[in-house]
Amino acid sequence: MTPDSSPLDLALVCRQASPLGRVMVANNLPRLDAASEYVKERGGTKALLNLVVVGHVDAGKSTLMGHLLFRLGQVSAKQMHKYEQESKKLGKQSFMYAWVLDETGEERARGITMDVAQSQFETESKSITLLDAPGHRDFIPNMIFGAAQADVALLVVDATTGEFETGFESGGQTREHALLVRSLGVSQLGVVVNKLDMVGWSRDRFNEISARLGAFLRQAGYKEQDVFYVPVSGLSGENLTISSEPKLTEWYSGPTLLQAIDKFRPPERALNRPVRFVISDIFKSVVGSSGCCLAGRLESGMIQTTDKLLVMPLNEVIQIKNIAINDNSTGSCFAGDQVVLTVSGADLSDVSLGSVLCDPSQPIKVTSRIQARVVIFNVDIPITKGYPVVIHYQSLSEAATITKLIAQIHKSTGEVIRKRPRCLTKQTSGLVEIEISRPICMELYKDYRELGRFMIRASGTTIAAGLVTSIM
Amino acid sequence: MKLVSRYIDRDGTGRVALIPENPEDMWHAYNLISHGDTIRASTIRKVQTESATGSSSSSRVRTMLTIEVETIDFDTQACVLRLKGRNVEENQYVKMGAYHTVDIEPNRKFSLTKACWDVVALERIDMACDPSQNADVAAVIMHEGLANVCLVTGAMTLVRAKIDVTIPRKRKGSTSQHEKGLQKFYDTVLQAILRHVNFEVTRCILLASPGFVKDHFFEYMMQWASKNDNRMLIDNKSKFLLIHASSGFKHSLKEVLADPAVTSRMADTKAMAEVKALENFYSILQTEPSRAFYGLKHVLKANEGQAIDTLLVSDNLFRSQSVEERKKYVKLVESVRDNGGIARIFSSLHVSGEQLMQLTGVAAVLRFPMPELEDEPLDSDEDSE
Repeated sequence: MTPDSSPLDLALVCRQASPLGRVMVANNLPRLDAASEYVKERGGTKALLNLVVVGHVDAGKSTLMGHLLFRLGQVSAKQMHKYEQESKKLGKQSFMYAWVLDETGEERARGITMDVAQSQFETESKSITLLDAPGHRDFIPNMIFGAAQADVALLVVDATTGEFETGFESGGQTREHALLVRSLGVSQLGVVVNKLDMVGWSRDRFNEISARLGAFLRQAGYKEQDVFYVPVSGLSGENLTISSEPKLTEWYSGPTLLQAIDKFRPPERALNRPVRFVISDIFKSVVGSSGCCLAGRLESGMIQTTDKLLVMPLNEVIQIKNIAINDNSTGSCFAGDQVVLTVSGADLSDVSLGSVLCDPSQPIKVTSRIQARVVIFNVDIPITKGYPVVIHYQSLSEAATITKLIAQIHKSTGEVIRKRPRCLTKQTSGLVEIEISRPICMELYKDYRELGRFMIRASGTTIAAGLVTSIM
Repeated sequence: MKLVSRYIDRDGTGRVALIPENPEDMWHAYNLISHGDTIRASTIRKVQTESATGSSSSSRVRTMLTIEVETIDFDTQACVLRLKGRNVEENQYVKMGAYHTVDIEPNRKFSLTKACWDVVALERIDMACDPSQNADVAAVIMHEGLANVCLVTGAMTLVRAKIDVTIPRKRKGSTSQHEKGLQKFYDTVLQAILRHVNFEVTRCILLASPGFVKDHFFEYMMQWASKNDNRMLIDNKSKFLLIHASSGFKHSLKEVLADPAVTSRMADTKAMAEVKALENFYSILQTEPSRAFYGLKHVLKANEGQAIDTLLVSDNLFRSQSVEERKKYVKLVESVRDNGGIARIFSSLHVSGEQLMQLTGVAAVLRFPMPELEDEPLDSDEDSE
């Protein structure tokens, strides 16, 4: 399950400032050196970190994070009171914290998260962008979108007797999410053992869950030192910011959830690479009459207002009017930021999700055929050529067909076991050719790690994770 | 399709007269007619006449023509079949050897003469003339932002409308744009259904999606119907069937047709039988890889060992230009049947047939394992594609 090894890590280190990285922009000023600009602008502030919260449905992800946001003062007491009253009216008072993140009427009525909710909070040394992913299996495409933008992840598990087991057994989302998040390049994982109050803050239960998950996560490719376990109760708020419950403090002296999140290490940002901005949302700007807003994550480089960028695969130039991070306008944004850009210049009704804004001199590749290395998960039916799948790539999901099985390769060494196999069965690894139903923007894994990963799903289950090895 | 007459000799030569009635019959006709056949049908020809004074006038006349088919064009969306070829029978207006293109028209007789009527072709006629095979089902497969409105008939799956829109995501503090976008999307899908689904002939309408999109949409549709007093939707409410699907892409139709709720509602149609057969092939490939093979070379080898239990063939192989090629597959089908196996001919217009077509077009489930085949390389000609 670990498709990557260390040498490639170097590819993204920001030292790679090539002369091409400084592109002349339209206003005829040489582009500033992004790394030094970054230090100048962000040097004194807290490091940014994108955190995705995943886990089985009803593990309490939204409630946990909603409560944490409330504790940190991101939600006013007045607002919280309103949620409490309203949820009481519906007879779902236990959902009051989840309502902080689940905002649509449908999500509230059904009591489940359906799309990724984004929010912000700060810890002692980090500024965290929180992505609350849905846990229900039907919404895994949304969860993949959230995880693709994340640097680190929290895996929430329900400690209640029976509930942890349902989530963890095959068919539960705990396993699938942990694998997905790992395949999408997240290496640091915090396991939040939620609802421990339901089992009387039992130390044995906590240890049992940690041990079972630990074994699985190791197998999934997480390093032991990159995984931590925190016991909490999302509803009562125990051990989120402070631990006061005597039954817990009796045996637990580790960090609170907030302290644990603070310990995540921020990843290296590809500041000096050409700009790549993956569009994950398109909407009309609320303030100001003209202009269209593009939301998404800046994967590499930096963007400043008045920059002219190319939209691919549309192949049109647009101008950046405004950059907003967390609803605050700023003059520039850097790799790793979650931003909303207000743009003008092209007919944006043609822009679709998954389009990429990029440096006009070094545009992203557009292709409908790729060659990729895939790792097959625990699937019931083998993969043959002609297999119809859905490919999930960043914010995009598109129908695709596996057109050719080139080779079956050894999982860890990459050695070819068999050329042109008839099929790829579960837990194997292979080199395949994939044809996507329409051209999409892609990058090679060796050039851009984040943009070279994708997931393959079929019939509602994730069947493989892939890395783009060549674009045809 | 109506069979008017049929004269086929022992040696396989003969003539069949048919009357196509609906779009699906065009598809059957397309599969029957191959290069080199002669067809006699009523058609319209533009005729130029020159008077004694030298002025010429042209007029369109309807006449019976017999042509030897050279090219066959079929438009899957409109279900129109056009045959081009040379005139082979003396005619008042058209010279021998002159080119003409015949449009096969619904409800008009055409007769087809083949040098050799094989099993597959004869079976096709039986199937086309069997009224019980007619089960019209409409399916709307969707997820947020994408919907495919399809019609599923016995031999065809036709995508009538594909709706692909971008719906803004929910944002902190404002969900109105998301809801507005969703509303607009539902409205477009609803209009597509009203335009493309004929409620009089459709037996049921499948609404399939992951999550709650289908429920939401159904609710929206019924509200719209009562608001606008649309009797057609209100009267046919019971025909709608809500099914789970993993995504809104066309190939998810496979899951929908395999759903037990659909199976019980619909008679055992060809589309469903095909989905099941292909699924069976895949599950055997997983559990006993030496009992499931694909690719012509492997399948032929397995057939030599009389090992084939179920043969899956895509019908596009029988539409091959070359007679040799076609014969090869017909022979395979015949020999499998002679050995007591089942040969299923998949329609390449169905999703399962599409998948089989990608999988070289032939696959077989064997009676007993043939592990020796596994070590043989796949056909070399597939290498080059």
